[in-house]
Amino acid sequence: MTGRSDALLSAENIGISFGGLRALDGVGFAARAGEILAIIGPNGAGKTTLFNIVSGLYRATEGRITLDGKDVTQAPPHRLAALGLSRTFQNLQVFFRMTALENVMAGRHLREGSSLFADLFRLPRARRANAATRDAAMALLEEVGLADKAELPAGSLPYGALKRLEIARALATNPRVLLLDEPAAGCNPVETEEIDRLIAQVAARGVAVVLIEHDMKLVMRISRHVVVLNQGRMLAEGTPEQVRTNPEVIAAYLGTHGVKEASLA
Amino acid sequence: MSARWATLIILAVIIGTIPWFFPSGFYFRVAALIWVTALAAVGLQILMGQAGQVSLGHAGFVGIGAYTMALGPKLLGLDVLLCLPLGAAIAGCVAFVVGRPILRLKGHYLAVATLGFGMLVTMVLVNEVALTGGPDGIRIPRPELLGWRIRGGETFYWITGGALLIGVWIALNLQASPSGRALAALHDSEVAARTVGIDVAAHKLRAFVIAAVYGSVAGGLLALMNGFVTPDAAGFLASIEYVTMVVIGGLASVPGAVVGAALLVLLPQTLTFLHEYEQAVIGLLIMLFMIFLRAGIVPGLAALLRRRPA
Repeated sequence: MTGRSDALLSAENIGISFGGLRALDGVGFAARAGEILAIIGPNGAGKTTLFNIVSGLYRATEGRITLDGKDVTQAPPHRLAALGLSRTFQNLQVFFRMTALENVMAGRHLREGSSLFADLFRLPRARRANAATRDAAMALLEEVGLADKAELPAGSLPYGALKRLEIARALATNPRVLLLDEPAAGCNPVETEEIDRLIAQVAARGVAVVLIEHDMKLVMRISRHVVVLNQGRMLAEGTPEQVRTNPEVIAAYLGTHGVKEASLA
Repeated sequence: MSARWATLIILAVIIGTIPWFFPSGFYFRVAALIWVTALAAVGLQILMGQAGQVSLGHAGFVGIGAYTMALGPKLLGLDVLLCLPLGAAIAGCVAFVVGRPILRLKGHYLAVATLGFGMLVTMVLVNEVALTGGPDGIRIPRPELLGWRIRGGETFYWITGGALLIGVWIALNLQASPSGRALAALHDSEVAARTVGIDVAAHKLRAFVIAAVYGSVAGGLLALMNGFVTPDAAGFLASIEYVTMVVIGGLASVPGAVVGAALLVLLPQTLTFLHEYEQAVIGLLIMLFMIFLRAGIVPGLAALLRRRPA
């Protein structure tokens, strides 16, 4: 890949083993501001593992991750969030006991200028922080089309809405890099289109978006660059066009049906 | 009016008016016992209900607060009233030191670790006879404020009632604040909480320290009120009772902890006519409450009321 120097987030030569199992080996990608990068590959290829490493939940055995030029290979998730990296989860990690609004408000944690002391005694500072958080969260719920569900318990929302709620919560941190793990999984075509539009909007604002997705139409339509993983290794990378016509990718992942789907984009 | 203010006003009205219905001075003592017990339970609600971290050693902090009231004057010659904030500071520091390593544990492992802490405190209190008086307990000096001797059931009723009101106010403030939201978030999903920038370990530790301070202040007031303290105040049974209060009242609810405490203090007092079956009936009642109001008394009844609008 050329021009890694201008990457906002770059992962180089990432490797990790679980027990004797080599889950990832020599994998890397570079995400640039305002661009959408897709990571695709068959189930078990190591895509989510890669996300878990990049977002600090797992420690890579080898490799280096830099965010805006800083080495963040060992950084814990909350430090990475403070540096501008946020993510969503394939298997939803919603705060189910909170309302939809409170979920997004929790995403504003780093932007709240309050202290424990102010919070305990309900000082004006805590009240102002709460009000500002509420307004910002409400605006984000509107952006993802969930404003009318704000006061409902998150546990009562349908799957597609929860996917969007997670995106809103991730956006609430004001990320510069956004990792989306299968944002359109389990969504109907209308919902998928909404998510598609939302992702494009976010990228247009200058956020580097990294996307794991199985919906080839979505991937081919919106990504600038595609990385293909297979069995923990890099299989191919390039523009959507290059990847779609790569014989190895077709054999390992896309198959003939996938090629048809991808070309429909 | 927010639910927060409604809760505070209802509690203030209850504390302010029930003395009118007391047939004798004895009831001031029982009610004051409820208020201090509830204060300790509210602290545990912050840890268990809001942050979702179990503690089977909460009474250990109650014991630290109570024994500071005896040992501060005895060893350091301090005024006993000064020992109330001193005990809170000691409990907070102990919680900070103990909490750092054990709060990395989850679920059953955390439960056992906190259990160990509670046992450790009890062991010290029982075995250091020269210092603590051992199993027989130790006297607390009578408090005096500007020449006025603080004593009598009625006086302690108002002191403990006021302390509980402040404790509930702070717990409710926390619940509705950015810090409280961080606790609720890590309660639901630690992974998601971390990825939105919440320092999970630091927030758990804060909740643990706050709970310890509540426990210590409650223990200190209890010791002042009784003029005496034994290691039972810090014991395993007491810890289990605090957990039961929080769970039975409703884990998610601050007023639930108060209701749970009231129930567990009152049941033994009202069921004395059952003699040897008293404990069995209390156990049975607790089981029935858990079966029929699984979310706890306060959230359970609130849900019932909402389903059947008047």
